[in-house]
Formats: sequence, C-alpha cells, structure tokens
Amino acid sequence: MEVQKTALYNYHKNLGAKFVPFAGYEMPIQYKDGIVKEHISTRTHAGFFDVSHMGQFFLEGDETLIVSLEKIIPADLKNLKVNHSKYSFLLNNEGGIIDDLIITRTEKGFCIILNAACKENDIKQISQFLNKDHKHLLNNDLSLIALQGPKSVEILEKLIPGVANLKFMTGSNFEYEGEKLYVTRSGYTGEDGFEISISNTKVEKLIDYLISNEVKPIGLGARDTLRLEAGLCLYGHDLNEKINPVEANLKWAIAKKRKEVGGFNGWEKIKNLLANGSEKIRVGIKPDGKVIARENTKIFSSDNNEIGFVTSGTFGPSVNAPVAMGYVKSEFSEIGTSIQLEVRGKKYGGKISELPFYKKSYVK
Amino acid sequence: MSEKKFSKKHEWVSLDGDVATVGITKHATEMLGDIVFVEVPDAGKAVEKEGQAAVVESTKAASDVYSPISGEITEGNKAIADDPGSVNSDPEGASWFFKLKIKDKGEYDSLMSKDEYDKFCKENPS
Repeated sequence: MEVQKTALYNYHKNLGAKFVPFAGYEMPIQYKDGIVKEHISTRTHAGFFDVSHMGQFFLEGDETLIVSLEKIIPADLKNLKVNHSKYSFLLNNEGGIIDDLIITRTEKGFCIILNAACKENDIKQISQFLNKDHKHLLNNDLSLIALQGPKSVEILEKLIPGVANLKFMTGSNFEYEGEKLYVTRSGYTGEDGFEISISNTKVEKLIDYLISNEVKPIGLGARDTLRLEAGLCLYGHDLNEKINPVEANLKWAIAKKRKEVGGFNGWEKIKNLLANGSEKIRVGIKPDGKVIARENTKIFSSDNNEIGFVTSGTFGPSVNAPVAMGYVKSEFSEIGTSIQLEVRGKKYGGKISELPFYKKSYVK
Repeated sequence: MSEKKFSKKHEWVSLDGDVATVGITKHATEMLGDIVFVEVPDAGKAVEKEGQAAVVESTKAASDVYSPISGEITEGNKAIADDPGSVNSDPEGASWFFKLKIKDKGEYDSLMSKDEYDKFCKENPS
C-alpha cells in the first residue's frame, strides 16, 4: 500500500518535523524542540496535534441505525444526546476489543473517530450490522486537529466564539472562514482542549492562527508520553482483539444499562467477567528508580514468579519519572503492590500505581 | 589529554596515559533526542572493543553504548546516571560515560579523527 500523507504534510515539513511511518501514514514523531519540550509546552500552554490520519466515519439512518450499532458498540446510544460523545469500543464475539473509539451523536446519526491503523477493518466490522438504508462515509476531505493544553480555550475562543461554552465530551457546529466546522471539547492528553474537524482546504489557515498564538506543533512522540501520563490506552499496545474491556480496566466505558441488558457482541463472556472478575487486569506501574520498563518487559512478583507484562512504558516528563502500564494477574493488581521488572536481564523494583499518573484537568 | 578520536557507532575517546575516557558524540545525542536514562558500567568490568558497555535511553528508545576500545573499566560516570538530561547539554565534556584502562593503544590510533568523523556523519545521515 502506498504511504499516505495528511493535508498538512508539507506544513509539518516546513516546521522541521521528523517523520515516521505510522499506520500507513508519514506522520511527525517530533519537531525541532523535541519530545520533552513539546510535552511540557502542551501541559503549560497549548499544543496542536495533526490527527487527520484517524478515521472520521459518519453514519446516517433512522432508529434502526442505533439498534445496529449497539450490537457492536456497548454504549447507550439510544440515550446519547445530540452533540454528546462517549468513549467506547467495537467488540468481537469473544468480547475482545476490535478498536477503541469516540462516538458522537449528530443531527442525522453518528460520527465515530477510529484509530488510523484499524479504520478499514472497523468499517468492515460495523458494516456487517448495517442495512441498506443506513448511509455511511469515511470522510477523507476532513482534517482533524487536536488543540490541547490550559490555554486552548482562551486561544480558540478568540477565533471561534462560543467554543468556551462546550463541556467535556460535547461538541457543536461552528462557522469559520465561511465554512462549517465541528468542534468537540475532548482530547487524549489529560488536558483541557478541543478536537476540530475542518476541511482540508481550510486547515492550514487554522494552523497559521494557532502558531501565531504560540501554540507549538506536537508530534506522536509527545502524544504518547502525554496520553500515558494521563493513563489512557493506545490501541495495538494496551488494547487488542484478545483483550476485553474488563481486563483492560475499562468496564466504566460500558454503559450501565448495557451491562444489565446486554445484546452486544461478546456479552455472555463480559457478563461473566463483570460478575467474577478477570484473570489479568491492566494496571499502572511505577519503577522505583530511573529505569524505563518498555513494552514487553516481563513483570515478576516480589517472590520471583512471572505475573505479567508491560504494554506501554516511557519517561513521563511531567511526572519526572518513568511510568508504564501493563497487565498483571488480578491478585497482584492492588495499588502499592511491590513488583519486579526485568529490563536487559536484570530485575528492578517497582510498584503497582494509581492511574492516571498525571491528574487530568477536564472542564466538566 | 590527547585529541578526541571517534567511532562509527558515535562514541568519542580521549586518552590520558593508558586511561581512556569514553562518551557519546553530540551528533549521537541529536539523533537520540531527550535522554532520560543512562546506565554506566561498574569499575572492574572487562570490555571488548565494540562490546556493549553502557545503555542510553531517550524518550523514544533504548540504545546500547559500545566501547570503541578494549580494557578494564576504572570508573562509570555516576553523575550522568543521576541526571541523564546532562548528556544532552554537554555530551563531549562533563557528561562522559566511563573510563577504562586500555590494553592496546593501536585500537585508539585506528579510530577516526574529528574531520574523518564529521565526514562520516555527513555521508551516513540517519
């Protein structure tokens, strides 16, 4: 498959981006400042992220569309209000996570933001449940820009009046440059901020404005350190088709009503796990020293039995210490449990830690 | 202290009598990005030329640091293990990685000069 580029590719290049192949796209991993400075400037001021590689999948239909989507998504879509968003997943028959996503109710149906690496398969999986009256479109004419950090609201409100009134996980249509754009108050960094769905033809102009307000471009490198500090999962690392929401410690994301009534893929299995717990569970991990426990690091109990593995690990610039997430046998998941991490053949001490590592500051 | 010599794996070496000081080059730190973890060898450890001797990690990935010269470690720089970020600010000065007592000065002589190394980096961009 040919490597794809977002509408901002040349813009990134001019900003001094270093590119890496990611999910079939050439994406900036960092810019001139480097990962730590990009991370800190997002937490202290604001940063923008080009996340246009993610799928913006629009669905239209009558109430039968809700019935169809609820078979594969365990959110309460029936009671989701227009312009409100939920974090959820696509589930397979075993209750495994095909992808994690944000679904927003629109006037005519739903918009689902899908991970870039999964989007084609996701659409195939969703389509199995659709009927011929349900219209759907993966809109590649739109860019998606995340603006994240404490100054985001002040900066975007000057350009697009009204965005300051949005609460976390809600959105609305706005006018910009004579075109409609859709803004949600959301993000994946643990900071207040917005995600802006804007046409490819207008996106450069928006970025010009952000840069003139000292908003720094942020690459995938800092996106990873930010989301990990915020305790958020990265699909393909912390989540995959063999992991279910109970194991992933994401049962909060299954709607209460759906937990009781079911009617979605893998419910039998998930119902059982909800009642009895899972064998392994996702936890936060803090190494005691400076050693970084990266993905696939083996986790041992204090008496040297192998009890799990790391799925994401890095240095957290705001925590100023290494941080990680991984899966351990449930009996070792209590906060504060001492563990050992095997890095380059040597065992280093660590502890099961609360998530997030960095306190979120969403505007609710 | 002798002039610095350089390896293809982006380490530098300077020599004082039969004790060599080894670090990673400025070019290496620019490729690595923000350094967040360093592990240096303990005194007494024997290392071979091009053998793994230390570890450096940036926010992106972990990399081995090789000794461009064989010998016995006399000291690891604990200061950089305590403050890994200092490697970014002064890689070819205070932030050396380890010192070792060398066996064969010929290994030092065969490394690249500053000019040769700069040329090597230009021809092998990464």
